[in-house]
Amino acid sequence: MARADWEAVIGLEIHVQLATATKLFSAAPVSFGDEPNENIDPVTLGLPGALPVVNARAVELAVRLGLAMGCEIDRASRFARKHYFYPDLPKGYQISQFEEPICRGGVVVCDVDGVEKRFRLTRIHLEEDAGKNVHEGGRSLVDLNRAGTALCEVVGEPELRSPADAVAYMKELHQIVVALGVCDGNMEQGNFRCDANVSVRRRGETRLGTRTEIKNVNSFRFVGRALEYEIDRQIALVESGGAVVQETRGWDDEKGVTRSQRGKEDAQDYRYFPDPDLMELTLDEAFVERVRSELPELPRARRDRFVRDFGLTPYDADVLTQSAARAAYFEAVATATGDGKTAANWVINEVLGALNKAGLDVESSPVSAAALADLLGLLGKGTLSSKMAKDCFLAMYQDGVAPAAWVAKNGGQITDTGAIEAVVREVLDKNPEQVQELLSGKDKVLGFFVGQIMKATRGKANPQQVNEILAREVESRR
Amino acid sequence: MATTKADAGPKPGVVAALVDAQRRGEVTATALVERSIAAARATQTLNAWTHLAADKALARAADIDRRRSRGEKLGPLAGVPVGVKDQIVTRGIPTTAGSRILEGWVPPYDATVIRRLEAADAIVLGKLNQDELAMGSSSESSAVGPVRNPWDPARVPGGSSGGSAAAVAAGVCPVSLGTDTGGSIRQPASFCGLVGLKPTYGRVSRHGAVAFASSLDQIGPLGRTVADVAAVFEVIAGHDPQDATSLTAPVPAMDDLGEAVAGLRVGVPGEYFASGLDPFVRAAVDGAIALLGANGAEVVPVELPHTRYAVATYYLVATAEASSNLSRLDGVRYGHRTVSSVKDIGELYARSRAEGFGPEVKRRILLGTFALSHGYYDAYYKKAQQVRTLIRRDFEQAFERCDVIVGPTSPVTAFGLGERLGDPLQMYLMDIYTIPSSLAGNTSVSVPCGFDPEGMPIGLQIIGPPLGEGRILRVAGQLERLLPADERKPRVYAEGC
Amino acid sequence: MDIEKVAKLARIELTDAEKERFSAELDAILAYVEELAAVDTEGVEPTTHVLPLALAMRADEVGEKLDRAEVLAAAPAHDGHAFIVPKVL
Repeated sequence: MARADWEAVIGLEIHVQLATATKLFSAAPVSFGDEPNENIDPVTLGLPGALPVVNARAVELAVRLGLAMGCEIDRASRFARKHYFYPDLPKGYQISQFEEPICRGGVVVCDVDGVEKRFRLTRIHLEEDAGKNVHEGGRSLVDLNRAGTALCEVVGEPELRSPADAVAYMKELHQIVVALGVCDGNMEQGNFRCDANVSVRRRGETRLGTRTEIKNVNSFRFVGRALEYEIDRQIALVESGGAVVQETRGWDDEKGVTRSQRGKEDAQDYRYFPDPDLMELTLDEAFVERVRSELPELPRARRDRFVRDFGLTPYDADVLTQSAARAAYFEAVATATGDGKTAANWVINEVLGALNKAGLDVESSPVSAAALADLLGLLGKGTLSSKMAKDCFLAMYQDGVAPAAWVAKNGGQITDTGAIEAVVREVLDKNPEQVQELLSGKDKVLGFFVGQIMKATRGKANPQQVNEILAREVESRR
Repeated sequence: MATTKADAGPKPGVVAALVDAQRRGEVTATALVERSIAAARATQTLNAWTHLAADKALARAADIDRRRSRGEKLGPLAGVPVGVKDQIVTRGIPTTAGSRILEGWVPPYDATVIRRLEAADAIVLGKLNQDELAMGSSSESSAVGPVRNPWDPARVPGGSSGGSAAAVAAGVCPVSLGTDTGGSIRQPASFCGLVGLKPTYGRVSRHGAVAFASSLDQIGPLGRTVADVAAVFEVIAGHDPQDATSLTAPVPAMDDLGEAVAGLRVGVPGEYFASGLDPFVRAAVDGAIALLGANGAEVVPVELPHTRYAVATYYLVATAEASSNLSRLDGVRYGHRTVSSVKDIGELYARSRAEGFGPEVKRRILLGTFALSHGYYDAYYKKAQQVRTLIRRDFEQAFERCDVIVGPTSPVTAFGLGERLGDPLQMYLMDIYTIPSSLAGNTSVSVPCGFDPEGMPIGLQIIGPPLGEGRILRVAGQLERLLPADERKPRVYAEGC
Repeated sequence: MDIEKVAKLARIELTDAEKERFSAELDAILAYVEELAAVDTEGVEPTTHVLPLALAMRADEVGEKLDRAEVLAAAPAHDGHAFIVPKVL
């Protein structure tokens, strides 16, 4: 049976590490790459007698994310303990939110293959991260540096229907959390990672199939590949008369397969209950409104605005809203020159093109937005031809030359009609035979004359004027 | 009649006397600590200490003496030796909470109460024996053996803060710290003839108290007089940013302990005088209430109708929280790890915990785990928390009719060692009078009110509404004055303190 | 109560004698707490906290860390950097 007869049902749970200086429940620092067990205090270690105290910044970032995603912000939420034994979980329980999360609902709007789709969120809640077990020979080494780090878990409804949906959703959310300053977005360090729940069913079927959960996927590419594989695996399994087992699976990128991970215990019973060490988390209106008023423009809204206000194509707008810095750079250039389309072309083709070769982005551009605007001003006025402008840009990019200085040194474009006429006549006078050929209908000789004229003006004559004047002068010699 | 006594000041405290004596140059902190160490050794048959921090205490005493000789201003508890229940975390001093699972653990940090005691220039003398992980009412479940009652070493001192009570009653130190989850300060105070205060939940920081039941645990002082208990309470109470359940209300100065009780409404709940109450305890408590009445207090009957459900409620709530809190004792980062060979991490956990916990702790962890487990949560844990709400309401309604509630601290006086270990449920039921106010988060104090015919002390419990420490200590202070003087001393007693 | 299941969840190894003893004791305790079933708690909010407090929070400022050497000195097994446990999967 063909894949087309089947439908996948996918829901993502994305763990977003909040950009805080300290942990969710203690003042131990959050830092990546330190020696094991450097960033520890009694709370992180789960020492007897240690008590959690909530990081206000983490709460604010969670509210910011919730507001940006259009969630209901719960004015009263609660922390609960989720129990299981594992060496990277020092207290034997994780403090999370269970029945009463801080944000409910919300939506991710993203484009999948050029079509806008809306995927609903179930909830966003606050929780602490675990530490790390490193396996070495017959033993495991426990590093608790990461334990207690503040996370938001963004739980999506199972509304995604393809790996492409899942990747688009994840990319959109990634762009948003970075734009909000909620998360640094570093996926290699695991600061934005995803658990994917996936099941398959025959088209038309309304009941859900048995799902598997692919844990801890930390790249967009892996999510796409892992889901492709897992969907195929499940379809093949069911079609051959087998049944999907509800289980946790891991993605092995080298082999390109998902693999069953032996359950942490036979029957999970997390024994959730409200954490008696922490009071109800209450948020007042003024706080929520303050956070709302400080929300930055989100990439998608900005993209729509660029299309609307600057007349950009959706594609260009998308490229220019990949980061807040890019958008700000473009917007500064476009506003200064009053010509969004030209600004977009130049930023994308010249600025980003050059930076891209060096593996850089706009933050490290040697050409400031103001300098680029100056250059485009000269181009607009005709002081520079496009060709000259590109040469000028190269000098700006490589040597930090200012556009005005470049023009002063190299001269601007020749636009004086009389001056161009003089050159044209001189060239025509020198080449009477070619003039005759032209007059007899050999149009290709025109190119010869343009070349001669440009050579005589060292490329500075305005090409359009050259064409006009040349045509007129040739006519007059008929 | 003792009416004229009501106008006198409170019974002088031992703490104040020791501080004054040092100020006058009659004694040094070093001499006090040396005396306490000698007294602890002389009374070691009581098994009251898990660790005597003699060297550290002497070094601190020397430092205080030096600072005094330089004319520095010293704290309110300067040079006073204080015993600390082993449930409370002390940096550099072994802390085991009476459990094998924490054997040899030397904490890298101090509980907030320890920092506050030391900021007041008190001297931590050492750690006091207790029921394992504060689970028990007799101090018999400690990994290092039972504590004995100084009044009769064949009997228990009560629990779980039995060492805290025994050391003070035996004259080793003037005051100590205990922890109280369902009566663990008040009941041993009652069994050992002491004053023991359970502060309002949230009044004293729990940061650094090994957690038993987080929604109930409180640290509090034990002493021979109300003034002593008040002096320590003033130092340890108050908001702590390291405990999110810490109250922000200011701690009142305890300077009106001698104030008369005239006009005060004293509520007496019928439920606290029901069957099972020892007749001698009842007689002593009735006598104390009559004395308050004779001195102008208005004695009013009140009802606490859900009292009979308190023990069941408590044993579900407390064990559920304990099962969670004790999960961290897993043999990975500190404490006991099995030395037997294990096939995997699961076996390491299960065997380390099997070896590290005693039977009472295991029993409670199992009960609590069950109460939280899937399918049983609503019927057990949630139901208990709902009944807890009804118990709280009982108190709220009662306190509309009275200022304090009085009754017995325990239905019995100290019983014989080993006598009640056979039936855990019967042991639990003995906490019937102390548990309800713990569940409600109220404050209560046990104060001596007489002896039974065998010479064992009897305690009266005074319960106040939240933040009512000043009020209940004032009543306790008056009662201390009004009761006929009784100078008898425990059988095991270190003279000279 | 399924004593084996609960003991497994609680990660406490029990001997057969303990299973028998705890089963009996815990059944007696559960029979006793059954009396709560008789209390009408319809519409009664559970007491999660006795305090009428809002959650106190702290500023996102780095505080004191513990000294790793001091912490590891108290550990049953370590390699100077990390805690050591049997291999976990």
